[in-house]
Amino acid sequence: MPDLGPVLLTLALATITTLLLLIIGTPLAWWLAYTRSRFKPIIEAVTALPLVLPPTVLGFYLLVLFSPNASLGSFWVTVTGTTLAFSFTGLVVASMLYSLPFMVQPLQTAFEAVGREPLEAAATLGASPRDTFFSVAAPMATRGFITASVLTFAHTIGEFGVVLMVGGNIPGRTKVISIAIYEHVETLNYAEAHLLSAGLLIFSFAVLLAVYALNRRAPLHVG
Amino acid sequence: MSDDPLLSMEVRIAIEAFDLAVKHELPLTGVTALFGHSGSGKTTLLRVFAGLERGAEGRIAFNGEVWQDTSPHRVFLPPEQRAVGYVFQDARLFPHLTVAGNLAFAEQRASRRCEAIERDAVLARFCLEPLLARHPATLSGGERQRVAIARALLTRPRLLLMDEPLSALDARRRAEILPYIARLPADFGVPVVYVTHAVDEVAYLADSMIVLSEGRKVADGPVAETLARLDLGPATGRFEAGVVLEAIVARHDQVYRLTELVLGRAALFVPLIDAPAGTAVRLRVRARDVALAIRRPEEITSRNILEGKVLEIVEEPETAFAETLVDVEGGRIRARVTRQAVAELHLTAGVNVFAVIKSISLAGGVSTVVTAADGAV
Repeated sequence: MPDLGPVLLTLALATITTLLLLIIGTPLAWWLAYTRSRFKPIIEAVTALPLVLPPTVLGFYLLVLFSPNASLGSFWVTVTGTTLAFSFTGLVVASMLYSLPFMVQPLQTAFEAVGREPLEAAATLGASPRDTFFSVAAPMATRGFITASVLTFAHTIGEFGVVLMVGGNIPGRTKVISIAIYEHVETLNYAEAHLLSAGLLIFSFAVLLAVYALNRRAPLHVG
Repeated sequence: MSDDPLLSMEVRIAIEAFDLAVKHELPLTGVTALFGHSGSGKTTLLRVFAGLERGAEGRIAFNGEVWQDTSPHRVFLPPEQRAVGYVFQDARLFPHLTVAGNLAFAEQRASRRCEAIERDAVLARFCLEPLLARHPATLSGGERQRVAIARALLTRPRLLLMDEPLSALDARRRAEILPYIARLPADFGVPVVYVTHAVDEVAYLADSMIVLSEGRKVADGPVAETLARLDLGPATGRFEAGVVLEAIVARHDQVYRLTELVLGRAALFVPLIDAPAGTAVRLRVRARDVALAIRRPEEITSRNILEGKVLEIVEEPETAFAETLVDVEGGRIRARVTRQAVAELHLTAGVNVFAVIKSISLAGGVSTVVTAADGAV
């Protein structure tokens, strides 16, 4: 029986990261989709950085930030009594940064596809901006939300470099699937590595297939 | 008429190179046309009324209720708090909702300040019952606009703003929907401001009009008077320029399939229309469809010849043409003639002439038109 610890830990990490990014990424994507600010390209570039940076660079800077000598790290220690580095919370923070573009970009595209027109129509029909978001924009962008969540979830499951830098390899706390596979290979335990690798491969393929199949379908109707 | 709501505005807005500045007191009764060429600023002004242009400066008040005022303190009532209905050029139905869902969306957010407009009455008026379960993507352009108008009405608006709602439709669909719009103020008690660049729509629908050109108001007043003005050539367009006349149905000639109308004491003939004797109809006579003669022409195919007196002649020096305004019994008629003809016939103000009308269009006032109304008689 293989050790299920890393699998459960990975699923927990991906779920929490996806939920938190939905909360943070939605307003950010909304702003990027509708703003006329001249700062938009800068924010867009920063949001896209995790796509091009080697995960080790991101992990390195996070590790520096998380250190109890840095302001963020020491603040965290004061408030919670624990360090961010080599903890599950630290992993969540790192994963959110690492997966940010996978949440924001599909949402931004979806909101841009909604456009200003239905929002103006909703306003003239008496809907407040909040009402308009929940009853017009969000339902019209349903597919964007599904795509963004699935990609964020899947991408978080597949991360390795950042986890290795800020999380290390602590069973039950930071030892996720990708780290477990690395360890199995290091210790020449190919059977276990095969099992986890094949599982991840099949999972990833299924997720991407679902996303692409969803995007091919006829316009989504709700209600 | 003193209890008509009043929309007073003194607004300015600059969008890139375009700038709009309009000061006007608009009594809201019946249908008011906001008329001008594309780029004249009419849609922008309508959006300013609705609160969709946040960059607008100046003041707008509806019956004393301030909708926006940028000095001394910035007041800006967002669109959802103005209780106006807006019908967009492209309908803008919500694609994720059915027709019924779109209508319910409006009903649930209806202003409490106005009397309810009966959902059933709206459904019946716009024949929407069979469409309720459909999704907007499956509707025709005309059906979409009918739903959009009904949806705007269900918000119980104090004022209905319509932005060229028929411009995406072909002539047949337009003719189908125009009567619905013309009856909105009478049927639902809602004044309408209607943006258009089509003179025939103004002639059919509107009681009064504002003419915009390059972001400025160049004229306003009752439709018949404003369309008869010769000095608005560039703003109203020369090709479609013409006047609106009110005539009464006298009798029908089933043999030749003509209807005789009375204008003052003169008789006019138009292709048979479906309206009982005594019905008032609105006619549109385009300036380019009128010729002038010094003596009454005889043995001529045109049946509609009106005697009158030249009131005004405006020559257009850069062109071959002159615009003339002729006072006839029961109204005024514009004729577009050549400057050469003006010189050779010695036409000046005060000369008696006969206006030969080649074509008359029915502009409104009756529910159904049996034949295509346009035709030389």
